Amino acid sequence: MTAAKYPKIGFGIVVIAALIIVPMNFNRYGLFILSQWAVMTIAAMGLNLTLGYAGQVSLAQGAFVGIGAYAAAIMTSNGLPLIAALGVAIVLCFVIGWILGYPALRVQHHYLAFVTLAFSTLAFLVFRNEDWLTKGIYGISNIPRPEIFGYPTRRPLPFYYVCLGSLGIVSLAVWWLIRSPWGRAFIALRENPVRALSLGIDTRRYTLMAFAIGSALGGIAGTLYAPLTQYVDPVPFHLSLSLDLLMMVIVGGSGFFFGPFLGAMIAVLLPEWLRFTQGYYLMLYAIAVIGLLIYSPTGILGILDRFISERRTKAASALRAVAKAKLETAP
Amino acid sequence: MSNLLDLLIAGLATGAIYAIVAVGFTLLWQTSQTINFAQGEFVMLPAFLMLAVMHAGAPFWVAIVIGIALSLLLLGLGFKLLLVDPMLRHGVLPLAIATMALAIGIKEAAKQFWSAEASPFPSIIPGGDITIFGRIVALQSIGVLVLAILAVLGLTTLLNRTSIGHQMQAAAQNPTVARIVGVPVERMILLTFLINAFLVALASLLITPIYLAKFSNGEVLGQAAFIAAIVGGFNQVRGAIAGGLLIGVVDNLSAAYVSTQYRAAVPLVLLIAIILFRPQGMMGRPEERTV
Repeated sequence: MTAAKYPKIGFGIVVIAALIIVPMNFNRYGLFILSQWAVMTIAAMGLNLTLGYAGQVSLAQGAFVGIGAYAAAIMTSNGLPLIAALGVAIVLCFVIGWILGYPALRVQHHYLAFVTLAFSTLAFLVFRNEDWLTKGIYGISNIPRPEIFGYPTRRPLPFYYVCLGSLGIVSLAVWWLIRSPWGRAFIALRENPVRALSLGIDTRRYTLMAFAIGSALGGIAGTLYAPLTQYVDPVPFHLSLSLDLLMMVIVGGSGFFFGPFLGAMIAVLLPEWLRFTQGYYLMLYAIAVIGLLIYSPTGILGILDRFISERRTKAASALRAVAKAKLETAP
Repeated sequence: MSNLLDLLIAGLATGAIYAIVAVGFTLLWQTSQTINFAQGEFVMLPAFLMLAVMHAGAPFWVAIVIGIALSLLLLGLGFKLLLVDPMLRHGVLPLAIATMALAIGIKEAAKQFWSAEASPFPSIIPGGDITIFGRIVALQSIGVLVLAILAVLGLTTLLNRTSIGHQMQAAAQNPTVARIVGVPVERMILLTFLINAFLVALASLLITPIYLAKFSNGEVLGQAAFIAAIVGGFNQVRGAIAGGLLIGVVDNLSAAYVSTQYRAAVPLVLLIAIILFRPQGMMGRPEERTV
């Protein structure tokens, strides 16, 4: 198995190097799209923790991106540093996510979907109506981009590196988390909550944690979103963002570490490539998602996973057949 | 006081439409564990089908007949065969997510093939006001209420008084035993999908003259129907009816007495409260947890 690890690590290094080097001569718009991909991937990773690993449906991830974005917009336009806004957004989303997790202790599946859906709509109403805080439908404009170690990131390329760097840090943290006992507890919760409980896992705490951590990642994505677009109004944080993020997780492969990366890439980049289909794009996307779900409910990575495990089984049974033939011919 | 009564009547009228949609929603859940997140879009679509037929030059009543037939075909049979049947084996959640994708697809299709603008839609109920006990009431409200009540009465009679209704209930409550005693379970499930398609077409016919035909109508309607179904009780037809009426009234009252900005929040808060304190709904039975 260790020999198979090197090509994977090599591939990872090539991808990371490409993400750093290739965009250097991208234009403004290309960099914006790539930065958006990084931001949406962070949000989708959060949802993947809640949905893919812990098995708790949430239709509120878009609302947490919104909370993070407003925290960043309000604080940085009042002269506070972005890092302070990040701290506030993480704490705020963690706490609200924790509270939103409480219904999950009582109800499952669709009920949970509706509670989180209701929360999402309520958050949208607050963004839109609390003029004193969010400037309502006019939105907050001229959001400054941060200085990192005294280095300004006003231009698109440095800010892209901020987004990419944040994605890197979040990915490492999530990678560590899902390999820790916590990650295993999340999976146990998804696979069979009653068994998890009987094995002594505090399902109550882990359910709340799954919500809180997933929501906090949504908040991180939001704090990057605000300086990226430099303008925040309620429209992008409508329920449809939560649905989009859910689709990203599902299309990429929920419960797979790289699922959100792939899902966000498809959701953010595909509309650019499919410009020629004009308004039909979303319709085609919806049909493709349904087709994919029918074929493989665990998304694109699910297909890949199935393919690999089938090949392994075939290889194993071939080996067994050879071994059996040898045994039979042996005297 | 008089104002309150007007609000109540208008609320009951919209509530009756929510109730029809919510009943279809609960029927699908009971017979085939389908949480149809596209239910609102299902209500939006038939009006567009009817408009398209009228656009081709057919009179209104022909458009209604063809519209209902098409929605039985697309939203009943097509929905079951093409989406629910292949998805059901994957479980409740993937199926629910597939219907979310379907909702996006239907919405975008209506926007692309028809228009992003709202179109006027003729009403089957004549306009004007009538006087009941010295009060002036819009004929529209009364007509909607009467038609919705007739639909619900028809449905409950079908479910509770006829052999087919009993077979449908048996198929919903315990498909295995129903199959043993000779109920054609598959046909009964298909029938509930067709009934749902009919109910959403009827709701479309009743609500579109009020809201205008717009591709985004489904969002509001779908949410109202979900809330009605959950508040009333997911596994009871009468729960869905009560929930629908309640949400309609609450919606109208909160528009008048709570700030217009937070009008939409009131039913949502009600929903969260119900889910937290009485998840089975006002009239529902608790569902057993299975391992």
